[in-house]
Amino acid sequence: MSVWLIMLGMGIVTYLSRLSLIASIGRISVPPVMQRALRFVPPAVLTAIIFPELLRPGGNLDLSLGNLRLAAGIVAVVVAWRSKNVLLTIAVGMAALWILMALTLR
Amino acid sequence: MSEFAAGVKGVVPILLGVIPFGMIYGVLAISAGLSPAEAQAMSAIVFAGSAQFVGAQLFRLGTPGAIIILTTFVVNLRHMLYSASLAPYLKHLSWRWKALLAYLLTDEAYAVAITRYNRASQSPPLPADLHWYFFGAGLCLWLTWQASTMVGIVLGAQIPTGWALDFTLALTFIALVVPALKDRPSLAAALTAGIVAVAAGGLPYRLGLMAAALCGIVAGLLLETLQAPAHEPEQEGAP
Repeated sequence: MSVWLIMLGMGIVTYLSRLSLIASIGRISVPPVMQRALRFVPPAVLTAIIFPELLRPGGNLDLSLGNLRLAAGIVAVVVAWRSKNVLLTIAVGMAALWILMALTLR
Repeated sequence: MSEFAAGVKGVVPILLGVIPFGMIYGVLAISAGLSPAEAQAMSAIVFAGSAQFVGAQLFRLGTPGAIIILTTFVVNLRHMLYSASLAPYLKHLSWRWKALLAYLLTDEAYAVAITRYNRASQSPPLPADLHWYFFGAGLCLWLTWQASTMVGIVLGAQIPTGWALDFTLALTFIALVVPALKDRPSLAAALTAGIVAVAAGGLPYRLGLMAAALCGIVAGLLLETLQAPAHEPEQEGAP
């Protein structure tokens, strides 16, 4: 499938979820169990991306001290937890990775 | 002041948070191998920050199209809740207005619009031109998103790959997730999804992400149900 077709598909599913209940007032409602489940979608999906990025940076599980992305990621988790500031978290996490890369000459 | 101008004014404080995300998306999309035209088009066609971040990542990993679309669907399901919440205020509008406002219904536009609608519904009747507020806020967000994407694309094309800027994806998600883990069910959802994603990293077609997300959602639901045994969510009128 070409990139353009995939993007069109992404656009259609996004648009339909936005239009769904605006267009069908009174005929359909969101089931309660789904309303509860939706709250867990962002933490589940985003963490499912974060963990492999930190723990399998080269494709294989790497829990060693030499895994710079894991170390920088832990720094970012602490900053995010303490500051709740998105841009600060990105800046400190990126700086941590660059410093570690410079220290280990990578 | 017209409702349109009020909507623009209402969204301005949020733009400061939107601009860096648009730029980071642009940089990421280029480092994921999308062409500048494709990266920009995704901002116009999909127009949903987190889904575009995830999409760019999945493109980078060479994921099959069907999985990318399915993942986008799951990531954007929350828009159904926004759609349900705004529907009563939009029911009198023509289908053209509904079609247009649905396209502009992002997290930020929802937050701004629902605040205005809630305020207006405290002193009925509602002004007839309130949808112009939503439109003003949504259009302003749309233009800002497209412009900041463009800046990110230009920057991304000039930054060498040795800078490891793809790491901003993980960092952005960490910054969004960690402060939201306020209770045990959401913490359980996140940890379950993360562990399953690492364990299922070898699954074909990048299905690990999907499997991990579903396991996380179920874990969160289960723990929430166990924590509140007296609560009957299926009952009518329950919160």
